Amino acid sequence: MAKEVAILGVGMHPWGKWGRNFVEYGVAAARAALADAGLEWKEVQFVAGADTIRNGYPGYVAAATFAQALGWSGAQVTSTYGACASGAQAIGVARAQILAGLCDVALVVGADTTPKGFFAPQKGERGADPDWLRFRLLGATNPIYFGLYARRRMEAFGATREDFAQIKVKNSRHGLSNPNARYRKAVTLEEVMKSPVVSDPLRLLDICATSDGGAALVLSSLEFARRRTAKPVKIAAVSTVTPRFPQTVIEMPNFSTDSAVASRVPDVGFKDSIARQAYEEAGLGPEDMHLAEVYDLSTALELDWYENIGLCKPGEAERLLRSGDTAVGGRIPVNPSGGLACFGEAIPAQAIAQVCELTWQIRGQAGARQVQGARAGVTANQGLFGHGSSVIVKA
Amino acid sequence: MPPKPRKPAIEGWFTMDPARPRLLGTRCARCGTVYFPKETTFCRNPGCAGTELAETELSPRGRLWSFTNNCYQPPEPYVSPDPFVPYAVAAVELEAEKMVVLGQVEGASVEQLEAGMEMELALGKLYEDADAEYLVWKWRPA
Repeated sequence: MAKEVAILGVGMHPWGKWGRNFVEYGVAAARAALADAGLEWKEVQFVAGADTIRNGYPGYVAAATFAQALGWSGAQVTSTYGACASGAQAIGVARAQILAGLCDVALVVGADTTPKGFFAPQKGERGADPDWLRFRLLGATNPIYFGLYARRRMEAFGATREDFAQIKVKNSRHGLSNPNARYRKAVTLEEVMKSPVVSDPLRLLDICATSDGGAALVLSSLEFARRRTAKPVKIAAVSTVTPRFPQTVIEMPNFSTDSAVASRVPDVGFKDSIARQAYEEAGLGPEDMHLAEVYDLSTALELDWYENIGLCKPGEAERLLRSGDTAVGGRIPVNPSGGLACFGEAIPAQAIAQVCELTWQIRGQAGARQVQGARAGVTANQGLFGHGSSVIVKA
Repeated sequence: MPPKPRKPAIEGWFTMDPARPRLLGTRCARCGTVYFPKETTFCRNPGCAGTELAETELSPRGRLWSFTNNCYQPPEPYVSPDPFVPYAVAAVELEAEKMVVLGQVEGASVEQLEAGMEMELALGKLYEDADAEYLVWKWRPA
C-alpha cells in the first residue's frame, strides 16, 4: 500500500531578523504555499501548526493562531512541539490525517520570531527543568554541546578546523542566489578562521544564527493531487523517532548520557536511526538520494550528518567534503539551499523549510542552486529532548 | 570579615566534602542502571520495571571524552562573575557506570586538555551572593 502524500504547494517568508510578529511570517508563507498549490484557504480541511515557545500563548497554539489569522474557516487543527523537529511532527500529523482518509487537503505551517544572541531557557526559577539547570549549573549554551561534538570529530577522525570552515564556505556559496536566505554573501576560509572562537574549536562563523522566518506546505492525498497535476512531488516517508535506551551520546539539554551498565547498547545510534527509519519506510536508501538538506547548527555537525544519513561511512565525511561531492555540481549536494549557515535557525519553520527546498529542487525550480536531475532527497534534523526528524521527498 | 558559608548550588546532587567530593546519583535495585541527576520514581530502562532507586555515589574519576569552552558569557540563569572569565566544559566518561557526565573544568583551559586524559571530581565556586558562596561539581585533570 502506498503511504505517500502529495506536496501541492510550498511557500516561505524570507529568513532575517525582522523583529515582527511570528504570525505575520507564518501567514505569508501559508499564502505563498496556497498560491503555489492553486488552492483557496477555504479548501484546507486540516491545519498542522509547529509551535514556537518564545512568543507567548499564540505560539503554543500555532495551528489555531494561523487559522484565525487566515480567517476562521472551521478547519480542524493540531499544534505540535518537538523543539527543532517541530516542523517534522506537524508534517507527520498532517500526513497521517490524509493517509487515514480523514481529509484531502492539509496545511502545515511553522514560523518564529527569535531573540538576539544565545538561546536561553524559559524565565523563572525552574529547578526541575534540565533546560534551565544546564544554563544555571554549567552555563551550557547550545554551542557548548556543538563544541563537544566538533572536538570529538577532531579526536576520533582527525577533522580539522579548516574542514569545519569549508562547510561554511560551501554553504555560503549555495545560498547566494536563494531569495529566502538571510545571508547571501560568499564567505572565505580566511573569514571563518579569523572569526572569534565561541566554543572551541568552533568560531562565530561555524555556528548558525537565530533568525525570524516562516515556512508552509500544502499537502494532499495522491488522488486529490492527480486531479490537478500529472506528476506531483510526494512525501515518501516521515521519521520522528526518539532515541533507544541507553542513549550513550550526550544530548542537549542533559547533564549526562544514559548509563549502559545494565543494558546492551543499540546497534544503531540515535542520529543514525533518524534517517534510517525514513529510508526503511520509503523503501529507498542513501544511494537513491540526489541531494540532502541537513541541520547544520554548526559546520562540524554537517559532517556528522553525512555519516548519519548514510552518504559515507563513519570517519569519511571530511574526505567526502574535500572531494567536492557535497557541493552543488557534485555527486550528492548537501544543503543546496545554503542551510542554516545562510538561514539561521527559525526553530518551528526549519524542518518545513527543508521540505520546501527539496520540492523546489525536484520540480527543477531552484534557479542557480539547482541540483541537476534531482528526483529524490532526504532531510535530517534533530530537536533537543530526543526528537528525530527526517523526511524523504521524491518525484 | 569571616569567610562566607559555602553552600551547594543545588541540593542533593553532590557531597560537600572538599577533600572527597562525590556526585550523588541513584541506582536501580532491580537492574543496576545508574542515574545522574537522580531518577527517584521509575527506572528508565525499558527492559526493567524497577521502582526502587537508592542513592549512590558515582566514580570520582573518569576519562575525558570531549571538551570545549565558553568564550562568551552565557545568558541567565547562569550567574556570571563580572568581568566574565572564559572556562572549559568537559564530558567525562565513567568506566564503572558506563556513562558520560558533563562539568565545568577547574584548573585547566582547553589548550591544556586532551581527549582520553584522566579527570577527577572537584568542588568549585559557581557564584556568590551577599550571604554565601555557592559550590558546584567540577572536573579537573587528575
